[in-house]
Amino acid sequence: MKCGVVVFPGSNCDHDVYHVLKHVLEQEVTFLWHGEEDLQGCELIVLPGGFSYGDYLRSGAIAALSPVMAGVRRHAEAGGLVLGICNGFQILMESGLLKGALLKNRRMRFECRDVHLRVERDDLPFTRGYRRGDVLRIPVANADGNFQETPATLDALEAEERVVFRYTDATGRRIDEADAANVTGSARAIAGITNRRGNVLGLMPHPERCAEELLGNADGLPLLASTVGAVGTLVGAAAS
Amino acid sequence: MSASSKAEPRVDRALALSHGLSDEEYENLLGILGRDPTFTELGITSSLWSEHCSYKSSKVYLREFPTTGERVIHGPGENAGVVDIGYGWVVAFKMESHNHPSYIEPYQGAATGVGGILRDVFTMGARPIACLDALRFGDLEAPRMKHLVDGVVRGIGDYGNCVGIPTVGGATSFHSSYNGNILVNAFALGLARHDHIFTNAATGTGNPILYFGSRTGRDGIHGATMASESFDSESEAKRPTVQVGDPLTEKVVLEACLEAMRTGAIVAIQDMGAAGLTSSAFEMASSGGTGFRIDVGQVPLREPGLSPYEIMLSESQERMLAIAEQGREGELVSIFQRWGLEYATIGTLTESGRGVVLLHGETVADMAIQPLTDQAPLYTRPVAVPANLARLQEAPEVPVPENPGQALLDLLATPDLASKEWIWRQYDHTVRTNTVAGPGGDAAVLRVKGTPMGLALTTDVNPVYCALDPRRGGAQAVAEAVRNLACVGAEPVGLTDCLNFGNPEVPEISWQLREAIRGMAEACRVLDVPVVSGNVSLYNTTEDRSVHPTPTVAMVGVIPEVATFARSAFAAAGDRILLLGNDAADFGGAAYLRLLYGIEQGRPPAVDLAAEGRLATLLRYLSRGGLARTAHDLSEGGLGIALAEACFDHHLGARVQLPAGGARLFSETQGRALVAVAPDRVPEALEAAERSGVPATEIGEVGGDRLVVEAGDGGGFDLAVAAMHEIWSTALPRALE
Repeated sequence: MKCGVVVFPGSNCDHDVYHVLKHVLEQEVTFLWHGEEDLQGCELIVLPGGFSYGDYLRSGAIAALSPVMAGVRRHAEAGGLVLGICNGFQILMESGLLKGALLKNRRMRFECRDVHLRVERDDLPFTRGYRRGDVLRIPVANADGNFQETPATLDALEAEERVVFRYTDATGRRIDEADAANVTGSARAIAGITNRRGNVLGLMPHPERCAEELLGNADGLPLLASTVGAVGTLVGAAAS
Repeated sequence: MSASSKAEPRVDRALALSHGLSDEEYENLLGILGRDPTFTELGITSSLWSEHCSYKSSKVYLREFPTTGERVIHGPGENAGVVDIGYGWVVAFKMESHNHPSYIEPYQGAATGVGGILRDVFTMGARPIACLDALRFGDLEAPRMKHLVDGVVRGIGDYGNCVGIPTVGGATSFHSSYNGNILVNAFALGLARHDHIFTNAATGTGNPILYFGSRTGRDGIHGATMASESFDSESEAKRPTVQVGDPLTEKVVLEACLEAMRTGAIVAIQDMGAAGLTSSAFEMASSGGTGFRIDVGQVPLREPGLSPYEIMLSESQERMLAIAEQGREGELVSIFQRWGLEYATIGTLTESGRGVVLLHGETVADMAIQPLTDQAPLYTRPVAVPANLARLQEAPEVPVPENPGQALLDLLATPDLASKEWIWRQYDHTVRTNTVAGPGGDAAVLRVKGTPMGLALTTDVNPVYCALDPRRGGAQAVAEAVRNLACVGAEPVGLTDCLNFGNPEVPEISWQLREAIRGMAEACRVLDVPVVSGNVSLYNTTEDRSVHPTPTVAMVGVIPEVATFARSAFAAAGDRILLLGNDAADFGGAAYLRLLYGIEQGRPPAVDLAAEGRLATLLRYLSRGGLARTAHDLSEGGLGIALAEACFDHHLGARVQLPAGGARLFSETQGRALVAVAPDRVPEALEAAERSGVPATEIGEVGGDRLVVEAGDGGGFDLAVAAMHEIWSTALPRALE
């Protein structure tokens, strides 16, 4: 499966996701340069974590205007798979491909730690490797991971089952914004969402950092594995 | 010289002295030039001959370090030390201080400290993969101290996180000697292929000199000389000399640099660090035995109107100087353009052996290079044993704790011994997906992708020991680092250091410096660890108060098979706990006395280097084979603290039997470690200990949710792991927020 990992100035998880796709999942992977619209026929586009353009204006804001994003938008509109991780999630929101905004974390600090996620959807190309209700342990590493939206849009996201991952604790119980396990302070403990069609996923935690047993945790591997396994299958009709 | 810039002041002796040159140094300069220097030449010379750049007060002692070894490819003198780790890979690493700027402006000071050390590593052709930070703060109640802690931690985090280099470990401690002069020591390590190492030796007459990276501004002018002066109450006013960091540009420079290196068109390269363009141009030509002719009118500027003096001395960050192969500049330029970087060809290499600086064709400096770099001043400063040393070293009275359990809890609640997670959670420690064991253990462990190997990293020093006996303190820092690496099964391959001391013109300070280096050098020789890079930070003195002598050690080790090594926490109920090494009553400089009773006295514990070597060999054997599931070094706070720490990761308690409890639980006898092994493998572990000549005693068993110490003298305790953990994990955030 041909996968493309976009490189913006300041991307710094590009090598990490490339490594997992190439060496753990044995896929064909190429880097895509931010200045070029052409996606070189890639079927999966990954917007990796990092600090595109230093996050100097607002996380993801400048990257959203790069030429490559025009290509990514067309790819998404055509039903192609797009995965945005951390800064990539921020870029997807700034591009309008996903709803919401990411504010500073509750403690106003960078948070690098393992969190627990509950899987809310197991029917997306990204999540078929999980069962709904599974509790994953997965690292976050961000300063701006606090997902917020208007109550009406949050209600709509819930109604359309577009919340894919939620922060939880080791027991998997439902937690609110104030709960200590919700380290970012995200509304309704949202950690990752999809678009209406289910072919674009954005999430703050880093599945590529927990995809190998040697690193002590492989809970993120099913996400990437099912994503590349599903590349090429028709998505969209069921979820739209 | 007739052509010096009209606007620049005339140089006389008084101006030279105000630039930090001594009378003798000024005479020396006049001798080298055979005439009065221009203003630009004075600036260049005062920077090159500053303590920070020339190591003039420490060089005579630094020669005592062993710097060679089978694996050593580049020792001290390069931008970073380079050591062969096998499978065609080398590691480049170095540690550097950014103390003075961080005290003046903590956020930018610490951030640019990280930036500078990263450039030192990638300028060698190595991709940085890990950082460590050793931080020494004053009492948290001291003026500005919480602000300094917060600023330094944010500065390190924001810079390292943005560039995407994980900060995988470090050390933080607090002592009033740092109230007026904190220490920020940053370490970075990078990986390169064996046949792809770059140096700063500028060779090839006619080769063009390329500048790339950020534009040059007025920030940081005289940073190197500032780092070579003591502080006074006016230091706040020096804020303009602190540089401002731009981590995005650093990241882009890093990527562009590694890409440019792959073309093969780069002959030599160096970043512009302390003393900026001056030190990179002069050091590169000096290393290559060449000369240079540059026109600073070509340097990209942030604002118009900078004088040649300012351009030569600016310490603006994220700037590189490269020598390209003549005719191949275009290959490099297209890479710089693609990454959106500023660049300019600012001159060419010559065979003159002279550094010629022009401004739009007009000569502003013309100096012979070799005399300036090789004949930099060298001092053997007078030394004196501190008058109060004998009194300080008197054996302290050791109070018996009324309640040993409470004493342990009180120690766990001190910022020194409490969890540092509040700090390291603000650093990305998992990016690059190599972190097998992150912050919080004895040593950080990284895998090396594409090999079965692992790298282990640790940083150590006990400044209180060093204040009470710098020689022992220096040796102890090295020995503890070796022990920490051995716990994770790693064999040391090299060491870098940051030697932080006060004003070397004070004989007692020079004595501390000499003694600490001797102690370190002796330990390095016995334990077979070459010193491959490092830095010296002197004048850490504020209003006559000097910091504790702090020779920070950072050590790198190799684990042959990273899939198996012992962790620092208890892992399985039923495992038997063995204490390795001799137990004695050692309280000189002990945390127990200092933190609970305010006593900082006595000779620090003796360091038996041969015994440390035997212990390290045993620990590596136990850790690598999986025989020990847990291995944890005993250091500050002794056995009591080590046992408590081992309970935390998995909330797993232990029951331990000891002949003596009470204060003895907190003795800091060196050469000791805890290991935990499965019950059926105890005989095997004990046999291994006997073969290695290391005393080993079975002291208890892992299990339950309490730490219970049953002492023959009644000085034991029984504490819930959860209660200890609560105190230990919340102490630092409570103190800071």
